[in-house]
Amino acid sequence: MSSHDVMPEMSLYQPVRVEDAIGIANQFADRGWLVGGGQDTYGWLKDRAKSADALIDLKGIESMRGIKETADGIEIGALVTLTELSNNPLIKERYSLLAQAAGKVASPQIRNVGTIAGNVSQDVRCWYYRRGLNCYRAGGNLCYADTPEGMNREHAIFNASRCVAVTPSDTGPALVALEAQMVIDSASGQRVVSAEDFFVGPNVDITHTTVLGSGDILTAVRIPAKWANAQFYFEKVADRNAWDFALVSLSAAMRVNNGVIEESRIVAGAVQATPRRLTSVEQAVRGKARDEATANSVATLASRDANPLNYNHFKMPLMDNLVKRALRGQA
Amino acid sequence: MNQKLTRRRFIKGVIASGVAATTTSLWYSATGADRPAGAVERLLSINVNGQVRRVDVAPQETLAHTLRYKLGLTGTKLGCNRGECGACTVVADDVNIYACSTLTHEVKDKAVVTVEGLRAADGTLHPVQAAFVAELSPACGFCTAGQVMSAFALLKSNPRPTREEARQAMSGNLCRCGAYDHYLNGVMRASGQLS
Ligand SMILES: Cc1cc2nc3c(=O)[nH]c(=O)nc-3n(C[C@H](O)[C@H](O)[C@H](O)COP(=O)(O)OP(=O)(O)OC[C@H]3O[C@@H](n4cnc5c(N)ncnc54)[C@H](O)[C@@H]3O)c2cc1C
Ligand code: SF4
Ligand code: FES
Ligand code: FES
Repeated sequence: MSSHDVMPEMSLYQPVRVEDAIGIANQFADRGWLVGGGQDTYGWLKDRAKSADALIDLKGIESMRGIKETADGIEIGALVTLTELSNNPLIKERYSLLAQAAGKVASPQIRNVGTIAGNVSQDVRCWYYRRGLNCYRAGGNLCYADTPEGMNREHAIFNASRCVAVTPSDTGPALVALEAQMVIDSASGQRVVSAEDFFVGPNVDITHTTVLGSGDILTAVRIPAKWANAQFYFEKVADRNAWDFALVSLSAAMRVNNGVIEESRIVAGAVQATPRRLTSVEQAVRGKARDEATANSVATLASRDANPLNYNHFKMPLMDNLVKRALRGQA
Repeated sequence: MNQKLTRRRFIKGVIASGVAATTTSLWYSATGADRPAGAVERLLSINVNGQVRRVDVAPQETLAHTLRYKLGLTGTKLGCNRGECGACTVVADDVNIYACSTLTHEVKDKAVVTVEGLRAADGTLHPVQAAFVAELSPACGFCTAGQVMSAFALLKSNPRPTREEARQAMSGNLCRCGAYDHYLNGVMRASGQLS
């Protein structure tokens, strides 16, 4: 792949208020590019696979920083870094699932600058697309990964619609499990979208991974008190222990009372374009003990409707085994 | 070619002429009529190794580029230039970051430390550097500056890390020579836990 030392000429804006950032974003529309930590952004621009006329660096916006307690849970500023998330005492104590997921992203240096907003809004990691090929997701009319020769070991086993790329975000599934709410500001005001609806698959919008449109800024992520101090399970399987994207990840939140799972949210990452809620498993384990027998009873339920591609059948048993580990008891 | 005209000196020579050339030609665009006001000023003062340096920085310019090609600080290496190797690691406000994946404008209010900034005025090596020498940590040396900076940042926030903590903290620095355990020994020695 041709990579360049330098990025092409662009202008750079460093607004300090959300309103100003929205104004600039609207003026540049599709030619403006919001920047949190920039860790997903600069690769696209260096490779000339995507381009922008203006970078809008959000890091100067004080109101988008910090983690605070609210009447119903906590609010995480969109600029909070993954390192802050994984070290924050409040999150570690009450929502350790999210702290763990954030701590497994990429490498320490990337976590030191990568933001939660950037992590959930990052684009898919399909190498054909990242190479700049004009595939479906890039607006073309062909998927290079879903061909007989296509290299699709890392791609989707569920819900593909022309595009077979998967969500690369480690925090996304954890946020869906925790019933997080995404706060989005735009010129027309503020709207709040549940994490589950925030991510969109190719059947809804093949050129975007989230509901964010141009001029939309994710300003905060809220986590309801509902799941505070629940029992959690997080595991990410990748080819390397550091610095690598998930082949499959699993985020589970379980409310266990008298040894019985009253309610759970079990979400897999990297198996489809959005975090995948395993609702059939959630239903099957409701009212059961969190133990080996329950874990064995769901067996291959999670992967039942999978549609694997040439090289990714392994994701089915991998996902099933992660579900088993999550259910068999507290680690 | 003159043996003494090393690659390093050659790059530094180019740097000197490059700065002169860019200052005149690159005042542009931000004032264009159809653009919103508030684009960044190109002329920056940045704090590097305790010194404030005035430098003309393009909006999209990375810190690695500014350090190496404008400020002559070639101790910071570029391996992959895309956040995948760690050779370019520097420290900004006590936190280690990839200089190849940071815009210089993003650190204009921070104190940046590069490998050149670690030794004392009298030339004494920083404890991390001394420990890496004692433990023969580097093999080819290409990743060393980045390893030094990650160890330096770790010991600032965690002066006595366990070996496992150190391993995690150093996990964003690749070493093609595979000298990981030697670097880890160095970190443990620098933190006074190995003698
Ligand atoms: C080598 C490497 C390895 C990686 N490994 C992993 C991994 O294991 N797991 C993982 O999850 N990720 C990984 N990443 C991806 C990613 O870089 C990080 O997850 C990081 O969190 C992205 O955050 P950022 O703030 O730097 O994003 P940016 O690059 O700043 O932004 C990413 C996208 O989000 C948009 N955006 C940013 N902030 C906002 C906002 N407030 N409102 C609206 N849109 C916004 C940007 O416009 C852009 O499109 C990796 C990246 C690299 C380079
Ligand atoms: S999987 Fe999606 S992103 Fe990859 S080539 Fe196919 S359409 Fe493009
Ligand atoms: S050169 Fe920056 S991480 Fe490789
Ligand atoms: S010492 Fe050679 S790359 Fe690390």
